[in-house]
Amino acid sequence: MKKYIFSLAVLFSLTTGCKNDSEFLNIKSTNILLIDEVYGDPRLVLSAATELYNRIPDFQEPGTGTISIFALFDEAFSSGDYPRHQTREYDYVFPGINNPEVTYWDYGYIREINLFIERVNAATKLSAADKARFVAEGRFLRANVYFELVRRLGGVPLITESLTYDYSGNAAYLRKPRAKESEIYDYVISEFEAIKSILPKTPNEKSRATYGLALAAKSRAALYAASIAKYGVNTPTVTLPGGEVGIPVARANGYYQTALEAAQELINSGQYSLYQKAPDLSTNFANIFLDKANNPEVIFVEDYKLQSGKVHSFALDNQPRAVTEEGERGGRLNPSLNLVQSFEKLDNTFAPLPINKGAATDYIYYDKPEDLFAGRDARLRGTVLVPGDLFKNRSIDIFAGLILGNGSILSGDQLGQLKMVNGASVQVVGLSGPIEGYDGSAQSGFYMRKYNDPVTGSGQIGTMSEVWNVRYRYAEVLLNAAEAAFELGQNALAAGYMKQVRDRAGLTKALTPSEITFDRIVHERKVELSFENHILWDMKRWRLAHVVWDGSNSDLTTLPGKATEPSTRVFSLWPYKIYDPGGPNHNKWVYRKVLSGRVTQSHIFRLGNYYARINDGIINNNPTILRNPNQ
Amino acid sequence: MKTYILLIATFLTLTGCAYDNFEPPKSTFEGRLVYKGEPLLMQSANVAVGNNSDFPVFLELWQKAYNNRSSIRIPIKQDGTFSSLLFDGEYKLIVPNGQGPFLWKRTASNTPDSLNVTVQGSQKLDIEVMPYYMLRNPKMSLSGRKVSGSVSLEKVITDATNGKAVERVSLYVNRTQFVDAGNSLNKADLAGADIKDIANVSLTTADLPALVPAQAYVYARIGLKISGVEDMIYTPVQKIDL
Repeated sequence: MKKYIFSLAVLFSLTTGCKNDSEFLNIKSTNILLIDEVYGDPRLVLSAATELYNRIPDFQEPGTGTISIFALFDEAFSSGDYPRHQTREYDYVFPGINNPEVTYWDYGYIREINLFIERVNAATKLSAADKARFVAEGRFLRANVYFELVRRLGGVPLITESLTYDYSGNAAYLRKPRAKESEIYDYVISEFEAIKSILPKTPNEKSRATYGLALAAKSRAALYAASIAKYGVNTPTVTLPGGEVGIPVARANGYYQTALEAAQELINSGQYSLYQKAPDLSTNFANIFLDKANNPEVIFVEDYKLQSGKVHSFALDNQPRAVTEEGERGGRLNPSLNLVQSFEKLDNTFAPLPINKGAATDYIYYDKPEDLFAGRDARLRGTVLVPGDLFKNRSIDIFAGLILGNGSILSGDQLGQLKMVNGASVQVVGLSGPIEGYDGSAQSGFYMRKYNDPVTGSGQIGTMSEVWNVRYRYAEVLLNAAEAAFELGQNALAAGYMKQVRDRAGLTKALTPSEITFDRIVHERKVELSFENHILWDMKRWRLAHVVWDGSNSDLTTLPGKATEPSTRVFSLWPYKIYDPGGPNHNKWVYRKVLSGRVTQSHIFRLGNYYARINDGIINNNPTILRNPNQ
Repeated sequence: MKTYILLIATFLTLTGCAYDNFEPPKSTFEGRLVYKGEPLLMQSANVAVGNNSDFPVFLELWQKAYNNRSSIRIPIKQDGTFSSLLFDGEYKLIVPNGQGPFLWKRTASNTPDSLNVTVQGSQKLDIEVMPYYMLRNPKMSLSGRKVSGSVSLEKVITDATNGKAVERVSLYVNRTQFVDAGNSLNKADLAGADIKDIANVSLTTADLPALVPAQAYVYARIGLKISGVEDMIYTPVQKIDL
């Protein structure tokens, strides 16, 4: 027996014994991919690129936990998150990314993009076509983040290669001063121009950089630079002597020309067109954001997908309370009367909504609540759910109370509350409110339609929404072209581009070239692009932010088409139902303009808010960084 | 064994946390912004918790003791005073760019000049600044439900480089003692171009709306907006019985 054991042992030691030490210790990891492995397989490189795409900083987006960012200005009331309406100043650090209290200064992200580009360039196992496309995508992401930085902070240090520390104990050689604001814009524009022909011409590719995206982004960046150059003269103190903030006025026309050419190149390529599929123009407008099948208008998005883990709660948080699928959730964002009254009438004129004949109680009576909004720009009801609208095929039921025969108001403090009136039990408040201070009720009298997912289940915590976040779409490119053409004195051209956008909105009476004014340009972007992460950047580049959000507690403007009218507080419009059985107006609808008690302060956008504060920590690390003006 | 563990535990509880606790700051640093001893009155600070640049006008203190420097912001109240609880030490005080209706000295490299402040126990400091304008002899009156006010503007900085024009004079009325451009029930504006004599400016508001809940008094203040300067300068708050 012993002999057998011995011989077996000898056999094993001879045949299976240890490998040499270096091989034994060098085991391939089963859960970490090394750089060579990642950059040897195009599918893995795409994963690395995806991670970088995911980190694009969106200031306003229909993502999770960012609802109140939409209510920072005058577009909406935040129903359930009131501090912005009770705060006067904006923080100087504002805007960061989603959290406005942090300087957006993500050089870690820039470093990883630089490394990505360098590693793809150095890769040996990728095909030339893959390498070219990935490098171009990396350059798009890098130019894009510099664009995000420059529009928040002005000129920033321009780092286009990965920096390496030499462990000498002195990091001073890594400190780069701020470039000029114009230099960053020039860099961004030239990068978009350089990569456009490398990127694929695939208009159905919405989540990755394409030819169309490079041009759309180029026209936007050039337009921003142009208007800062042109309108910067209105705020002479918002500059730094070294040009880190501020662009000389002489450069305005050049940038406008670049913006126009880039937009025209995209328009003339015929790759994209305005979304025109649904016969109802308002539904059509809402569907731009909902329809993912062959959407000809959308250029670049952050995509979401049900049951993939990448979903968001915009629909959960914004479903009308009358049709909520999740108990107490919904109705968080209430578009303001300020925005609603900005949508013009079909004859191209502006007017406040006709709710009374002078005195607040001298009502105008409507048979149906939505009649008040008839004859207006179709984008109104594509953006906003108004009283009387349906959502998910059910009534959203917005009314603030009953007005009895003697003129007194009967209301309640619970959604859909019933009360006894003359012996009959009557519903005195809508199932969606509005009730003052009741979180999620339609406190402004309106709910969101844009980005609000009408699919059943989107309002459930377990399902949520896959509506994508549209970052670039064709209508903006048309408006970019119109604005640039107008600023270059080519009004007829501008009118042509405006007409396409306005026709789609049902405004079929075309504006003549002489009717194209600065106010018109400002207004068109306001109504077409509301809630799409434009308002702040537009108001900043036109140097209108300190004029419109001027800190005065002025009343709701009666001139909604005028660009310089102050709009510092969000107003509400509450519908009431007449309850007067036997009376002539029984069951008719009237409206009252209301300022919510939650709106206690008027917004002031200070000159120091035009360029965000670079916080002291960053300046401690790199003392060559100059502070922004007026802070 | 158990005894030892108990002993060690007792020892730890007795000695723990001796080094990681600081004394809270105790020294009060307070004072006013003044011109020839008279305080400059400005807009009140509506302070939101945790948000330290929500102040209309503020000073910055920089403590010198540390390498990593970050500013301490001190809001100016509407009566021109400020106060802050500080650790003892050496500080530099500046008025950041663009703050306040006054001119702050600048260095040769065009950055705000700094003032050395040594905090050793509580202390008071009035800081002399150069306002663009001073508001003199404010008078308020009431007729019916209209509030009228008059004021005389004294142009303090008159030279061509630094002097600024009047953008407008405004009379603000509010229910509470906080009365300014952002907090008003009623107001009257007079544009700079319409002012004939800056030594004698008078304004009258429209009728006050009914106050709900009823209140038999209001507060009023006159403010001056200087063109190109963001922060306004005000007269003292005055109570008016209706």
